[in-house]
Amino acid sequence: MGSIGEWIPLLWEGTVITAQVTLLSAIVTLLLAAVTGIMRLSKFKIIRGISYIYVLIFRGVSLLVLLFWVYYALPLMGVELSKMTSAVLAIGLNFGAFGAEIVRSSILAVPKGQWEAAQALNLTPTQRMFRVIFPQALVRMLPPFNNLMIELLKATSLIYFITLTDLTYQAMILRSLYLPQTAQIFGLLLLIYFIMASIISMIARMLERKLSAGRM
Amino acid sequence: MWDWDYALSILPRLLGALKVTLYATFWGFLLASVFGLLLAVLGRSRVKAIRMAVFGFVEFIRSTPLLVQLFFLFYSIPLLFGFSMTAFMTGVIGLGLHYSTYMSEVYRSGIDGVEKGQWEAARALNFSKARTWTSVVLPQALPPILPIMGNYLIVMFKETPLLAAITVVELLTTAKNINSMDWRPFEPYTIIGLLFLVISLLVSLLVGIMEKHLGKRHTR
Repeated sequence: MGSIGEWIPLLWEGTVITAQVTLLSAIVTLLLAAVTGIMRLSKFKIIRGISYIYVLIFRGVSLLVLLFWVYYALPLMGVELSKMTSAVLAIGLNFGAFGAEIVRSSILAVPKGQWEAAQALNLTPTQRMFRVIFPQALVRMLPPFNNLMIELLKATSLIYFITLTDLTYQAMILRSLYLPQTAQIFGLLLLIYFIMASIISMIARMLERKLSAGRM
Repeated sequence: MWDWDYALSILPRLLGALKVTLYATFWGFLLASVFGLLLAVLGRSRVKAIRMAVFGFVEFIRSTPLLVQLFFLFYSIPLLFGFSMTAFMTGVIGLGLHYSTYMSEVYRSGIDGVEKGQWEAARALNFSKARTWTSVVLPQALPPILPIMGNYLIVMFKETPLLAAITVVELLTTAKNINSMDWRPFEPYTIIGLLFLVISLLVSLLVGIMEKHLGKRHTR
């Protein structure tokens, strides 16, 4: 019979990997989302087109299949990536496409008067975007990005399939060691994910308070 | 690298597995739609304990990975309750329960969109609670949210490969099996990737058309 005390070390190792993958994928996601989201609003058709196709394809794929493809099929095209890189790349590409839509719609939701005011002040389009529009759009992006990050945390459990030793993977090992306590192990696992998701929400709410201070 | 003859030779097996994927999507979606509505209606209950329980359930299920929920259902239920379900059934229930929490939010937004006067009118006409829901509220709440439900249908379709983890022989499992036999990952994984992409794009096209159509009919 095992007890929670004996499970902790393995679960902690898994938590660290899960947190690592979540953080790295989140960085890739946010960068891709910001870049492609702004590209969608470019005045050049080709730039809009590239970003449109990126969003269309990577929103349409199934993340798990994409992960398999990156990890198992891509090496045959001469691109061999580590498990960690494959995971971060697949998750980042997939969630970046969802994030791009959040960025785009939040920018478009900034009242028209702000665009006109920036123009009236003779700001260049770059100044207008980064000094006036984007900071205001950022406040609007936070709640949907909070949801997206929780989805991303949940999606990291898929890396279990390519045998990265994340939380889910470690729990499966524990299960094989303490078979009669399967329900307790998975119950605990669900609880850990729930706590991690709550931490993400807390951070998002904190940021929201900070960013919206003095605005609206 | 890409061999057309080989790709064509494995296509029938993959298309066969696509059927399992589509069935799982369909039943999962049906369950999510029904259970999600139940959650949405219960979430408006007058009893605080019921509202709190629904809220807790929705928050917890939404914040934890579907994969772990599937493992929990598949491996714990036989130990806890002494009966076991087929992998397919477990998968459908897991998928359905998980997305019912998302669906309940969608229903909620639809129900909140029904004007207060409609509830008051139903009461003035002395309608029973059940009648108020079925003949006044839901007929107005549902049409505007159909496109959002359609989007969740696509999301659920793309999540079905997770059922591979609990031994359901759907598209991904079949591709894995083909790979482990012929040791050729490129064709099977590329084909199923494209299948998921093409089908979800087609369905989202249909959802877009539906949205336009509904937009015309339901502008108030």
